[in-house]
Amino acid sequence: MTGINKDWRNDIYAVFKDLNITMVSHVPDAGHTPLINLCEKDNEIDVVTLTTEQDGVGLSCGAYAGGRKSALLMQSSGVGNCINALALPNICRIPFLTIVSMRGEWGEFIPWQVPMGLGTPKVLEAMDIKVFRADYKDEVGSTVDAAARFAFNTNRSAAVLLSQKMIGAKQFKNG
Amino acid sequence: MIDRRPFVQKILKNRKDNLRVVSGIGTSTWDIMSAGDNKGNFGFIGAMGQSIPFALGLAKSQPDLRILLFTGDGDTLMSLGSMATVANHPVNNLTIVVLDNESYVETGSQPTATAGKSDLELIAKGSGISNSYTVTNENDYEKIMNTIYVEEGPSLIVVKCQAKATPLVFPYSFDGSVSINRFMSSIKS
Repeated sequence: MTGINKDWRNDIYAVFKDLNITMVSHVPDAGHTPLINLCEKDNEIDVVTLTTEQDGVGLSCGAYAGGRKSALLMQSSGVGNCINALALPNICRIPFLTIVSMRGEWGEFIPWQVPMGLGTPKVLEAMDIKVFRADYKDEVGSTVDAAARFAFNTNRSAAVLLSQKMIGAKQFKNG
Repeated sequence: MIDRRPFVQKILKNRKDNLRVVSGIGTSTWDIMSAGDNKGNFGFIGAMGQSIPFALGLAKSQPDLRILLFTGDGDTLMSLGSMATVANHPVNNLTIVVLDNESYVETGSQPTATAGKSDLELIAKGSGISNSYTVTNENDYEKIMNTIYVEEGPSLIVVKCQAKATPLVFPYSFDGSVSINRFMSSIKS
């Protein structure tokens, strides 16, 4: 599972296929876009665009109750929106997997991204989510695989933080 | 205005085998439990705002079942965007019944936005759930039953209810893992 594809998003997609994850919800982030595109091309994966990240928690839990595995993709700024919703998989011991593209931590241009970027791991851990982190491209596949197995094998919540160092920080230009 | 408790009981009496029932936080959960314990029920007692997304995920995963969500105006108002998600990722087997008493009865009957200028049927329609309607009296019972079991969803029905406190009727368990596993056993069998 380690870095077998040219683009690490393909490694995440390979984990989805290997573990039969057939529903992927998201509030989009540029870092996830190639993965979202791969999932949208796959007839076996339902891609659900949300209006707020927290709805991906409920959606994912309902899908699991109906027998399907899913994953929620979001940017770090969306993690804060999910806090109370995360009580649902916690109290029901429903496996929950989210993959978070980090902002506000490595070469960030936009100051508004920093507060939730700093808060993301703390908030997730405060809600008893097992936090995994991938800092290098060749460890993305194995990290997502480990997090997904942790979630689905032990009926708990897991998050993978994809570091901004790996994704790359966009530098904005005025005009 | 409808008396919600007997109305929910009437809808769930002699329910068909292909029906699974979800309820949102608050009085809705006590309502469905008052109709009798059933493994095919899953009631939220927390995670406010998540019952509509949950019901959507369930409906997408079990297209051969009919999924009925009872929830309140408070729970619905917390996640209005979920209506747009339901409309744009449609499932034909989902009916959302909003028991709209225009107040947060469990916390002291403070008025909700629907007591003011907000209309959940119009919000649902504006979100894209075209099969949305409001009922104010029990004569519409047959119409509701047809929506739940026959019509192509997703559908959203606003049931205007009296704002009165009703007795709490506890579920089989307050432990979420017990509740969800029991509910899932009703789907596997």
